[in-house]
Amino acid sequence: MENQLPIIIVVAPLLAALFITALWWFERRLCFPISIIAGVVSLLASIGLLLQVLSGGGVEYRLGGWAPPFGIVYRVDQLNGLILVAVSLVSLLNLAGSRTLAENEFQDKVGAFYALYLLFTAGLLGILITGDAFNLYVLLEIASLTGYALIGLGRRRAPLSALEYLFMGTIGASLYLLGVGCLYLMTGSLNMEDIARILPTILPSNVVVLAFVLCLSGLFIKMALFPLHAWLPNAYTYSPSVVSSLVAPLTTKVMIYAMFRLTLTIFTIDFAFNSMAVRLPILWLAIAAIVMGSLMALAQKRLKKMLAFIVVAEVGYMVGGFWLGNRDGMNGAVLHIINDAAMTLCVFMAAGAIVYKTEDDRLSSLKGVFRTMPVSMAAMVVGGLSLIGVPPTCGFFSKWYLISGGMAAGQYGFVAALIFSSLVNTVLFFRLFEIGYFEPFASGRAHQQHNHTDHIKHSDSIAEAPLDLLVPLVATAVLLIVLGIYSGEIVARVIQFAIPAVIS
Amino acid sequence: METIGDLIIAKYNYWAVIALLIIGLYAMIAKNNLVKKIIGMNIFQTAIILFYISIGSKKGATIPIIVHGHGESSHVVHAADYINPLPHVLMLTAIVVSVATLGVALALAMKIYSQYGTLEEDEISEKIMESETA
Repeated sequence: MENQLPIIIVVAPLLAALFITALWWFERRLCFPISIIAGVVSLLASIGLLLQVLSGGGVEYRLGGWAPPFGIVYRVDQLNGLILVAVSLVSLLNLAGSRTLAENEFQDKVGAFYALYLLFTAGLLGILITGDAFNLYVLLEIASLTGYALIGLGRRRAPLSALEYLFMGTIGASLYLLGVGCLYLMTGSLNMEDIARILPTILPSNVVVLAFVLCLSGLFIKMALFPLHAWLPNAYTYSPSVVSSLVAPLTTKVMIYAMFRLTLTIFTIDFAFNSMAVRLPILWLAIAAIVMGSLMALAQKRLKKMLAFIVVAEVGYMVGGFWLGNRDGMNGAVLHIINDAAMTLCVFMAAGAIVYKTEDDRLSSLKGVFRTMPVSMAAMVVGGLSLIGVPPTCGFFSKWYLISGGMAAGQYGFVAALIFSSLVNTVLFFRLFEIGYFEPFASGRAHQQHNHTDHIKHSDSIAEAPLDLLVPLVATAVLLIVLGIYSGEIVARVIQFAIPAVIS
Repeated sequence: METIGDLIIAKYNYWAVIALLIIGLYAMIAKNNLVKKIIGMNIFQTAIILFYISIGSKKGATIPIIVHGHGESSHVVHAADYINPLPHVLMLTAIVVSVATLGVALALAMKIYSQYGTLEEDEISEKIMESETA
């Protein structure tokens, strides 16, 4: 059984999606339990894999028993072992909290939602675990197509936003495919480690440079790095709440992992950092992403759109941390992948709870929400403090690593951008807290309070989100603090070994 | 310095791929109608499929099916006589992905049509502006 863990991670959600598609017509109430079982199986398998990797080094799994480079291999090392656990945990937490919201939003199409959810999770887990460049494209498209369909399930502007996301995402994936084609043209192989072995023998080569640029550009579109981020705000704002709290924490982070894998394993550090002069331009793009994401977030009047622009800024953190080129920066970038997945899940789930109850996500109509929804807003406070970077939440520690890396590399622009982003996040979230805590109810209810003094307690009654949403939300908020306290352990025991030894 | 022949005529397949990529990209950006954009996306993906297939071909080679393949007859197979089948197989997957993307795009376009009554992007933008300011 332990040998089959890599394939179980991907196959469990895939099979469950097929079951749900078949069973949904007959017995609707089975959809949710089957999804939960698949999510738990994936999570346990990924934890088992991480433990195997920590005790024994890398794990390799050959699909169909075919040896590389002819067969497809799944390779797990410290880098993707950790992110596998994070992605399956985030997916399961969101799934656990989705029952009431999904029933309310989709009614009789709820089976389709769960099937798409599980396919999306299977695609992401596959991207994380695969060791074959073309297989990465296939799983990338599985995750993307189900993502487009999930986002298109919303109301109002959702189908249009999903179509625009589809156009940009398809261009990105096609550019990646073209890059893999150029690599195949030059090396004759699709296996990541095999390509890495052959590339140094054929360098210098214009085609390899082209392949690098194409693959990287394709992934930049997919991860919404400024200025290719235009699809993200609309897609995340207008999608249903359950969908945005699944897609927002995971999509961009997994694409950033794909960029790591591309640069560290296929093209190797020597080529990417030394031979190609892209390190500084990409760093400037990351700085622009952080600054523009934060500024655009300040301008928003809707809660979810503000959070979507914060995601754009967070992408800049991770891309910049990686392309700094030193150990602290890369440690910070990988740690931030984990932390940002958790933080984004927390704030988007809290936003989902608020939108479910108030039916309106304009910031001005969130007055007094702390009184009616104390638990959800408490979770939002923890998420907000983590995004600002307040210890002991996890956001502080990854920001610390990123700033240390920036100082060590002499990139003070990056350090200034990080500090600017923290200040802007402070303004954003404290504005939210002020509206929620201190301003009275909207004028109609305040009038009622004056006339019916004995009804004051009734109008202040707690109208909290449903319990099955609150429990995962509180669990996520606690996770943020736990991740923060154990940051040192995570870096020392896992992330340390994920970064190649040549980086100082 | 390579001759014009080496630069253009010998590499005609790459020029065809580039031309199709640019046509597809132009259609996606400049056309107003959503269906024309979707067709442009399809042209873009087809160009990449053409790229892969063209790099697998060889001069004077035939389709990669070994005749007299069954039985124990000892025929030595020279790889140079058969075109490379691996890019074809990879592109089968890419074609399936392209068709699935087309399906999702058309389903979304149908939903947009039922919401706004039009598939022209400028008219949709106007309707959105009206409903936001209303």
